[in-house]
Amino acid sequence: MSDLLKYSIELVAVLLLALGIKGLSKVRSARGANQVAAIAMALAVLGLLISYAGEPSFNAQAWTWIIGGTAVGGVLGAVMAQRVPMTSMPETVALFNGCGGMSSLLVALAAALYPAALDATGPVALVSIVVSVFVGSITFTGSIVAMAKLQGWLSTPPWMQSKLRHVFNIALAVAALVGAMEMIRNADSGTGLWLLIVSSSLLGIGVTLPIGGADMPVVISLLNSYSGVAAAAAGFVVGSQLLIVAGAMVGAAGLILTQVMCNGMNRSLVSVLFGGALGASSVAGGGGGEYTNITSCSVEECALTLEAAERVVIVPGYGLAVAQAQHTLREVTRVLESAGIDVAYAIHPVAGRMPGHMNVLLAEADVPYEQLKEMDQINPEFPAADVVLVLGANDVVNPQAKSDPDSPLYGMPVLDVQEARTVFVVKRGMSAGYSGIKNDLFELVNTSMLFGDAKKVLGDLLVELKDLGLGKK
Amino acid sequence: MFVEFLWVLLLGSLLGFELIGKVPPTLHTPLMSGANAISGITVLAALTAIIKAGDNTALLLLGSVSLGFALFNVIGGFLVTDRMLAMFSRKPARKENR
Repeated sequence: MSDLLKYSIELVAVLLLALGIKGLSKVRSARGANQVAAIAMALAVLGLLISYAGEPSFNAQAWTWIIGGTAVGGVLGAVMAQRVPMTSMPETVALFNGCGGMSSLLVALAAALYPAALDATGPVALVSIVVSVFVGSITFTGSIVAMAKLQGWLSTPPWMQSKLRHVFNIALAVAALVGAMEMIRNADSGTGLWLLIVSSSLLGIGVTLPIGGADMPVVISLLNSYSGVAAAAAGFVVGSQLLIVAGAMVGAAGLILTQVMCNGMNRSLVSVLFGGALGASSVAGGGGGEYTNITSCSVEECALTLEAAERVVIVPGYGLAVAQAQHTLREVTRVLESAGIDVAYAIHPVAGRMPGHMNVLLAEADVPYEQLKEMDQINPEFPAADVVLVLGANDVVNPQAKSDPDSPLYGMPVLDVQEARTVFVVKRGMSAGYSGIKNDLFELVNTSMLFGDAKKVLGDLLVELKDLGLGKK
Repeated sequence: MFVEFLWVLLLGSLLGFELIGKVPPTLHTPLMSGANAISGITVLAALTAIIKAGDNTALLLLGSVSLGFALFNVIGGFLVTDRMLAMFSRKPARKENR
């Protein structure tokens, strides 16, 4: 009876998880799908608790440890999820993901140290433990490095950008392999286990550290896929089919998502993983250099130009997100719209720091969905635009990507803002973007720079526009 | 048993490959975050370790810490995904009102 109940619950849980992942890929069903997946997870836990209900070792002591772990992890997770600002979403996903990897690693470690207690004996269990430790360690350290890099806590040391890093990483991979072989050959020796843990942890750091900020979303997506693999391996260790299915689903779906994201950025997965930071490895390849012909202008001039415009396109970038200026931007566009000016937002596939990140931020500021235009949709419309307002975006509006075959950016899809009559670029200074490459757009005659923090500039702009009598009913 | 598990692994992977075909860029971040929460399914492994531990304190501790990490991933992941998607859900309603 209990077995039947357990299997039915597991089956329903798998079905709901599959429906959840499926639903998450459609805008309309996404929120419900996320809740379905959460319910499936709760069901899975319930099913597991029921199936072990009769066990003598499932006693008050076990419950104490369960409640302890649940309280700490659950509360921290809930608080973090509520508090974290929308702008740091990519870092947050990376952190959560790393913890998932850590969890698989710890279970595998437990099974390696006490195989008899967990029935994790025999060659299959050993290989599963090795895989779980290896992938879990890489996922954990890789995700933490990704988070630290996105937060700006870490930068890539120069030697990691040289070819030397490949030697370093290959050496670590070999060390991990030696550790794994030692573990399988002699299950009782701890040496192999620790060698495997240390070298695969370092490998996670070594592989992630050289990757440039712009490519980080792809890496996080890939690490997310890894944490699915680690979970599936942990499923083999403890003998849970549900864990294997769910882990395999996430692993495969994560891989597809990674591929989709790579396509969006016109990068291959191989070049993301082994190409290193774009600008850092290729500054000599041209594109660097000083700016010579910059026109900067005042907020008043910008307001006057906007007032005379009929069609305005906003290009939001990461600078907008950092300055938390999406609400001020919405105010400005409301004023423009009330004066009968047509406003659209051009969303580059990787605007913000992660695909879809900018959509989230603008939705938070109540921007109508219909005004958000994707790159392929908006690019033919730039020649008809009177004013383009670039807010804290850089590489995604660099015309070099289309005109200069020597540029490291060449081939990356960009927004053709230079086609518009006037371009205003709001930027904090002349520093380069993620790629570290000079932006030819800034030197064009129809481009004017407005230096300052996006939020402050937009606030001043709002005042100027209102002074001009716009936005009054 | 092992062969059975391999089948499960194979079918699960195929299912995962099939589930995601086309994803609008808008949903990349939420989808990643949601899938990430699901990968916290290792709670099951952590719970198993605790339940089977008996009086082995080291094992109980390892299991409990693992459970904490996994639940941090699961609860945080689902909540943060919901927060992101809540911002989208207003929009289809507005579209229909037109």
